[in-house]
Amino acid sequence: MFELLAQTGLNAAYAASYISLVAVGLVLIFGVMGVINFAHGELFMAGSYVVVALYADRMVPFFVAVVAGLIFVGILGLIMERALFRPLRDNPLGGLVASIGFLLILQALAVLGFGVRMEYVPPLTQDVIVFADKISIPVARLYVIIAAVVMLSALWYFLKRTRFGWALRASAQDPEAAALQGISVTQTAMIAMFIGAGFAGLAGALTAPLVSVNPHMGHTIIVTAFIVIIVGGVGSLEGAVVASVVYAFVHTFVTTFYDGVLADITGLSLMLIVLIVKPTGLFGSADRA
Amino acid sequence: MRNFLIWAVVAVALIILPNLVSFSQQEVLVFLTINILVVASYRLLTLTGEWSLGHVVIMGVGAYASALVTKELGLWVPLGILVGGASAAFIAFLLSYPLFRMKGFYFLIGSFAAGEIIRLLWKRFRDPFGGAKGIKGIDPMPDFSIGIYQFDFFEPVSYFYFSAVVVALCLWILWRIEKSPVGLTFHAVHWQDKLAQASGVNLRSYRTLAFVIASGFAGIAGALLAHYIGTINPNSFDVEVMVFVLTWAIVGGTGTFYGPILGCIVLTILNEIVLRELGLEQTRPLIYGLILILSILFMPNGLESIVQKFTRRKEAK
Repeated sequence: MFELLAQTGLNAAYAASYISLVAVGLVLIFGVMGVINFAHGELFMAGSYVVVALYADRMVPFFVAVVAGLIFVGILGLIMERALFRPLRDNPLGGLVASIGFLLILQALAVLGFGVRMEYVPPLTQDVIVFADKISIPVARLYVIIAAVVMLSALWYFLKRTRFGWALRASAQDPEAAALQGISVTQTAMIAMFIGAGFAGLAGALTAPLVSVNPHMGHTIIVTAFIVIIVGGVGSLEGAVVASVVYAFVHTFVTTFYDGVLADITGLSLMLIVLIVKPTGLFGSADRA
Repeated sequence: MRNFLIWAVVAVALIILPNLVSFSQQEVLVFLTINILVVASYRLLTLTGEWSLGHVVIMGVGAYASALVTKELGLWVPLGILVGGASAAFIAFLLSYPLFRMKGFYFLIGSFAAGEIIRLLWKRFRDPFGGAKGIKGIDPMPDFSIGIYQFDFFEPVSYFYFSAVVVALCLWILWRIEKSPVGLTFHAVHWQDKLAQASGVNLRSYRTLAFVIASGFAGIAGALLAHYIGTINPNSFDVEVMVFVLTWAIVGGTGTFYGPILGCIVLTILNEIVLRELGLEQTRPLIYGLILILSILFMPNGLESIVQKFTRRKEAK
C-alpha cells in the first residue's frame, strides 16, 4: 500500500509540474492584460507540435526542439497581444471571444499541417529510476519536473527581483498608476504575453513524448488550467502553483483508485465548490475580475 | 394588414423553399430551424448580461430526456419533446442556485464547469445514458396527416415543416416574453442593475427566470434534434458546438431579437453553400475563427449593425 501511495504521489508531482507551468502563464496573462486566454490549451498543443516537427520528424536534438517550442509559442503570444488583445483592451469579453477565434484557427492549422491522427514522438530515454525496489519514475518525467521547478523559480526571481518584474507587477496591480510612473503598459503586456504563452509552449514541448499529441489535446489542458486558476484564485501566481499541486494529487489519486472520468468530475466539482463558497479562490484577492 | 401580408409571403416562401433544394440541403434546413431556436433562446439569457457556456449541454439535457421518456416509457413523441423542454428548464432551475452566486467571468466558467460535469455524467453512466456511445434508435416522430398534407417523417421536408412550425411558435413566445414587462426588466437587470434593485427588482430571481426560460427552449431544440437524427451522444453537445452558437450570436449581434438569428442563417449559408461546394469542409474551424475575430474587432455590434445602417438611411431619406 505504501508503495502504491508513493508511486501515485510521484505521478502526481509530474502532473503538477506541467499543469503549474500552463496555469502560471494563464494567470500572468490575466493579471497584466485582464483577459482570459481561452486559446491557452492550443498554445500548449502548438508547443507539442514544434517538438513533433523538429525532434520527431527532423531529428533535431530534443532540448533544442523544446527551446524552439518555447520561443515559437512565445512569438504566437506576441502576435495575439498585438493583433487581438491590444485593440480590444477596453473590452474584456471581446478579448475572450477573440481568443476563442484564435483557438479555432490554431486547431485548424494543426489539422491541416499534420492531420487529425495522433503523432508518435519517440521517447527521449527509456531509463527508469527505481527507489526501494517498487517505486519508479521514468527519467523523461523527471526532466519535466526539473524544468518546471527551474522555470518557475526563474519566473519568481524575475518578478520579485528585477526592474522589469516590478514593472510587470505594478501594471498588474494598477495599470493607471503604473503608466503614471512611466511604465509602458504595452511593453509589460508584451512581456507577460511572451512569458505566459512561452510557458504553455514549454509545457507542451516537454510533455510531447509522454502524452498523445493530437490537434484537440488543448481541450483537456484548458479545462484543467481553468480549474487550477479558479481554485488558486484568479490572478494569484502562488495560488496557481499550490492549486496545481492540489489538483494533480486529487486527480491522480482518483484516477488510480477509481477511474479517469470520475477524476474529471471530481476536479470540476472542486472548482464549482470553490466558485460557490469562495469565488476569489484560496489565494485570490477580491480586487480584480 | 401589411404585416400580415409580409408574414403570409414568408410562410409561403418557407413552404416552397425545401422543394427547390437538394436532399442534403433539406437536411441542412432542418438543422437550421433547430439552431435558430438555440441562438434565439441563448439571446434571452444574454439579455440579463450573463454569458453561459453551458447552453448546448442544457440543450442536450432536453435531447436525452425526450429520447429516454419516448424510448423507455413509450411516451408519445410530441409529449416527449415537451418533457425534454421541461427537464432542461428544471435542471437549469437546480443549477441556478450555485451558478447565480457568480457573475460575469465567474458565471461563464461556472456554467462551463456545470455543463462539463453533466456531460461527463452521461459518459460515465451507461445505464440509462448509454455511456460514450450515447442513445441510438430514438423513436422518430409518428407520421400523421392533416388532410391536405401527409407528414412522412422519413422525408426531411416533412420534418422541416414540423420543426419550422414548432420553432416559429417558440420564437413568437420568446418575442412576446421579451416585449413584456418581464422582458423589459431583463434589460434593466443588465444595464441598470443598481437602479433596478433600488426599485425593488430581485435581480437574482430575474436572472434565474431568464436562465430557466432560455434553457427550456434550448431543451425543446435538443429534443427536436434527437428525434430527427435518431442518435445522440455526449459529444453531440460538447464545447465545440457551444463555440458555434457563440459565434452565431456574436457575429449576428445580441442587441436585437433578429441579430443572432441573422448570424445563424448567414453563417449556415456560408458554411453549407460556400464551404461545402468549394470542398473546404476541413477549414471550417479556421474560417469560423477568422470570422469570429474579425467581427469582434471590426463589427462589435454584429451583422445587425449593418442592417440598422441601411434601415436608418432609408428613414432619413
